[in-house]
Amino acid sequence: MAALAESFGRGAMTNHWVDMKNSDVILVMGGNPAENHPVSMQWILKAKKERGAKLIVVDPKYTRTASQADLFIQIRPGTDIAFLGGLVKYIIDNELYFKDYIVNYTDAAFLVDPNFKDTEDLGGVFSGYDPKKKKYNKSTWKYQLDENGIPKKDPTLKDPNCVFQLLKKHFSRYTIDVVSEITGAPKEKILEAYKIYASTGKPNRVATECYAMGWTQHTVGTQNIRCMAIIQLLLGNIGMAGGGVNALRGESNVQGSTDMCLLFHILPGYLPMVRASHVDLKTYIKKTTPKSNDPKSLNWWKHRSKYIVSLLKAFWGDYATPENDFCFNYLPKLDDGKAYSWYDLFDAMYKGKIKGFFAWGQNPACSSANANKARQALSKLDWLVCVNLWDSETASFWKGPGMDPKKVKTEVFLLPAAASVEKEGSITNSGRWLQWRYKAVEPPGEARRDAEIVDELYKRIKALYEKEGGAFPDPIVKLNWNYGDGEVDTKLIAKEVNGYFTKDTTVKGKRFRKGQQVPNFVYLKDDGSTACGNWLYSGSYTEEGNMMARREKIDPTGLGMYPKWAWCWPVNRRVLYNRASVDLMGNPWDPERPVIKWNPSTKKWVGDVPDGPQPPLALGGVLPFIMKPTGVGTIFGKGRADGPFPTHYEPAESPFKNILYPKVRINPVARIFKDTPVDKLVLGGDPRFPYIATTYRVTEHWQTGLMTRNMPWLLELEPQVFVEMSKELAKEIGVKSGDKVIVTSPRGKIWAIAVVTERIKPLRIEGHTCHIVGIPWHYGWRWPEDGSGGDSVNLLTPPAHDPNTSIQETKCFAVNIKRA
Amino acid sequence: MGRKALLITPELCIGCRACQVACKSWNNLPAEKTKNNGTHENPPDLSGYTYVKIRFIEKEVKGEVKWLFVRQSCMHCGEPACVQVCPVGAMQKDPETGIVFYDKSICIGCQACRSACPFDVPRYDKEGKISKCYMCIDRVKAGLEPACAKTCPTGAIKFGERDELIAQAKAEGFKVLYGEKELGGLGVIFALNREPAYYNLVENPKAPEKVVALGEMLKILVAKGIPINNSIIKEFLS
Amino acid sequence: MDVKFTRRDFLKLSIGSLVLSSLGINLEPVKAYAKELKIKNAKETTTICPYCSVGCGIIVYSKGGKVVNTEGDPDHVISRGKLCPKGASLYQLANNPTRLLKPLYRAPYSDKWKEVSWDWALDRIAKLVKKTRDKYFIYKNEKGQVVNRVEAIAHVGSAALDNEECYILQKFLRALGIVYIEHQARI
Repeated sequence: MAALAESFGRGAMTNHWVDMKNSDVILVMGGNPAENHPVSMQWILKAKKERGAKLIVVDPKYTRTASQADLFIQIRPGTDIAFLGGLVKYIIDNELYFKDYIVNYTDAAFLVDPNFKDTEDLGGVFSGYDPKKKKYNKSTWKYQLDENGIPKKDPTLKDPNCVFQLLKKHFSRYTIDVVSEITGAPKEKILEAYKIYASTGKPNRVATECYAMGWTQHTVGTQNIRCMAIIQLLLGNIGMAGGGVNALRGESNVQGSTDMCLLFHILPGYLPMVRASHVDLKTYIKKTTPKSNDPKSLNWWKHRSKYIVSLLKAFWGDYATPENDFCFNYLPKLDDGKAYSWYDLFDAMYKGKIKGFFAWGQNPACSSANANKARQALSKLDWLVCVNLWDSETASFWKGPGMDPKKVKTEVFLLPAAASVEKEGSITNSGRWLQWRYKAVEPPGEARRDAEIVDELYKRIKALYEKEGGAFPDPIVKLNWNYGDGEVDTKLIAKEVNGYFTKDTTVKGKRFRKGQQVPNFVYLKDDGSTACGNWLYSGSYTEEGNMMARREKIDPTGLGMYPKWAWCWPVNRRVLYNRASVDLMGNPWDPERPVIKWNPSTKKWVGDVPDGPQPPLALGGVLPFIMKPTGVGTIFGKGRADGPFPTHYEPAESPFKNILYPKVRINPVARIFKDTPVDKLVLGGDPRFPYIATTYRVTEHWQTGLMTRNMPWLLELEPQVFVEMSKELAKEIGVKSGDKVIVTSPRGKIWAIAVVTERIKPLRIEGHTCHIVGIPWHYGWRWPEDGSGGDSVNLLTPPAHDPNTSIQETKCFAVNIKRA
Repeated sequence: MGRKALLITPELCIGCRACQVACKSWNNLPAEKTKNNGTHENPPDLSGYTYVKIRFIEKEVKGEVKWLFVRQSCMHCGEPACVQVCPVGAMQKDPETGIVFYDKSICIGCQACRSACPFDVPRYDKEGKISKCYMCIDRVKAGLEPACAKTCPTGAIKFGERDELIAQAKAEGFKVLYGEKELGGLGVIFALNREPAYYNLVENPKAPEKVVALGEMLKILVAKGIPINNSIIKEFLS
Repeated sequence: MDVKFTRRDFLKLSIGSLVLSSLGINLEPVKAYAKELKIKNAKETTTICPYCSVGCGIIVYSKGGKVVNTEGDPDHVISRGKLCPKGASLYQLANNPTRLLKPLYRAPYSDKWKEVSWDWALDRIAKLVKKTRDKYFIYKNEKGQVVNRVEAIAHVGSAALDNEECYILQKFLRALGIVYIEHQARI
């Protein structure tokens, strides 16, 4: 998500599921929709059948998606940037980019500070690298500004300091020979893929890309996605029907839970979390609100103050007034520069700094990389609260493998929760559609809805503070909390999330009464007259009712946008950045697939909800990427921790050297945890762990498998943890398909059933044979109850992480395998 | 209502096995205790509790890996040997839809149907009663699709009028329509682009020659109240 | 009557069988399928699949407060009635033998779970939260900046909750001053 936000402005799938039917080329790389999003395949196959679309699958193993591919290419895990970098070079060298698009809608023409130095200049690092701190000083990563503070441009794209020329230089060594040597893929197949994909640089041909954890779970995860974003910008495939960079999200509501910001660094609607240096609201607004001097840039985040004040009003209601800074100091503040991410959390827990822990609908004992660390960390807690549908490896950690309950002090609560069909509320799918679901039956036994458990806990804690006082009680006792006296009414919450007027107000010439629902976020204000729990969801529950519950099946454009089915953020816009799908006059680049179109007589846009109602660019309108202060798609990603351009670095536990930059083998700013005895990593080849392992999911299970291992019909299909390997490797280690084997890594060991297959081949890399094995991460010791399923592969996975997101490198790590 | 059929297109199947689960869900069939036998295919065989399963077939053709997913279930033959052989009329063919279904309450568990089946499909539940795919005839008669076809996300299983499905598959240019003519025309037709053996389908399926005789004979035994021993059936047919 | 047949006896019988078929039994078609459809007269509730993020529509059929069937929602514009095996198994989510039915408690150093009442569990958790928060509350950081936070309590979860639940959950956690708030999206 960090990569998409950097490139386009919003960290979300750009298009939506049905839209895949509009593609001419579909690249599946870093994802596996046939196995992990099977129902989406109907739209991919529809594109194939009806448009003659080509499906290209690039993956370390031949997947069920690959079974449908026109072209399948096996690559070594962790070499995606090499493959994609070669495509960037191919597009540039053959002038297959969409020139009008990149000149007008991206930063390709922007001039960069001449002091900026590329990896090509410095042998593998960018300017500003501090080898001691393993961090970049990014002061040279910036555009040159003119006297008005607007980036300087060279629309001819010839200036050696323009982004386009720097990009060309950066990828100049990613020849097909080099790409083949790094990835292990055959040259002719690489070229074939490039030819097919680059054919979409024309206005009337569009390609989409589908990725998931196959790209994020690397030490270069963010840059994998950045590289694809750059390709899509070069080809003019963003904003288009059938285009985009589509993050296929893994859980039914991971988009929603991210939008609601159950993450340390953001508040609902992606407002930056408050830092210690934000001494008051004014400072917060000043420091976090991006500025743009370009009159053509809408710079939507200039509205930050309205969203944060409305959020504070939603949190503390009438207590939040202009006089007390809207209770700004009630929000906890993070230390500047400090991360409180998942792995920081478990690191702190392992070190005994965390005393109490909620694992709510999560199973970190199986889902956390280097899961032994997480499991041991749980034993350092004073108390643990688990809320789930089943007992889990997390809740019962104290009786798990290697644990002696008599030595574990942790007090554990396991609260039974209701399932999706036993409650009412909305979830947000990967395409940003908020869909409402209804309660079918009551929860079984004494199981209760999560909303009710939160409500009960809050009310009890509040009562204690009211009665006894304690540390800083105000944020708790003054919290605005009115969701029903008996049963929590989730519709009341949905209304608060949408936002309402706190007093009679006039906005944009319209009168609103106190208590009325806000029509959408355009009406939010920073004077306290509006409260809104998440500005991005404003418009989802208005005076007209619950928009998320809509079920009208009309499709006026024929592109599958279904504007009256459910509701989509933002403001029901189905294709993000759709202003980039038209030329400067507002005419669609591809008249056959018009997402939006300017009607000069009515002076209005037709089609999808445009990214801003302003007229087309040539008629006094605005640039298409409204969330970026520049207004354009970003090729030069100066906000990333590891460089403005993606660079191939080897995975942390790769046994190979980086043939592009021999002195910089791995991402020089990768986050590596190493200061506890359980943080073990082998850097560079280690003969004790000669094989490369990658993890993944299968169709029949989900996440740690806690749900699906408890579905007998699903367990029947995939009953045991397995390790997929080539025939050649099986022969080398004397294993037959179906044999039990022991897989070890520096972190731990598990048993698994060998699945010997044609679908993984040994690759030839730098003159060596490279064996790749794959293991799903759905298993755990608690279920099935007889232990026949095996345990989590995360017991093996490494403490190496992406520097931008802190996501772990579970897609590539070193293991050994022996017969059990 | 004319003759119904399922049109199976292995090339569209992604091996997700929603059909296997939807079948179990509609029919309240329990899960089987399985283990990983070195393949993703599971359960290992059809059973009285597994009416449909997908075979996972890996091949290497001219250096390229292929992964085929091929349905295995009752084929709903136009001339079903199982119906001919069933001595008590438990196995029946619906004259309207052509679906081969059964009445467990009168099945005597002689297993003659399995011996007669050219595809080795019929299986039996714990009580020894016939238990196999009946193309969700309860749903079909109520105007619904069979559970497997209803759920199939890619159109690899299509349900409809048999004639229409055949015409459609021909119009789409499939080279082989396995089941169009075989055994009086199957109720499960495979749209293929290669020879049936490539998909591990039985070439020129045939029922054992003595089926008619066997059936008549078993009826006599039943009429006389004489218990039927399956080993004798097997010997008779061998 | 227990009659043992030899292969010879059996083959003899078969020869005569063709003429003896008039002895045949009643072959009146039995309407096995005429049993009542299990979804007849059931309450239909629309829901969205709880697994991946495609957001497929599912219809839940229930009778007397029990789920009797689940299958794809044919009106749903994304899924068109289709489901993968996980979505197709939804019936077993509602009718599941291993679901938790009561709050469980494990005391320090104990080797077993104990069933407890909701009231007891919630009161105990509330007290522990307050005790931990009060003891470890950080008003100011090392630089002396006001931070008003708690680092001794952490939280993960969850993408399995509804939006409304996520919203009040983070609101609750942030009001407590908790900063270690994370979930699946990070991993």
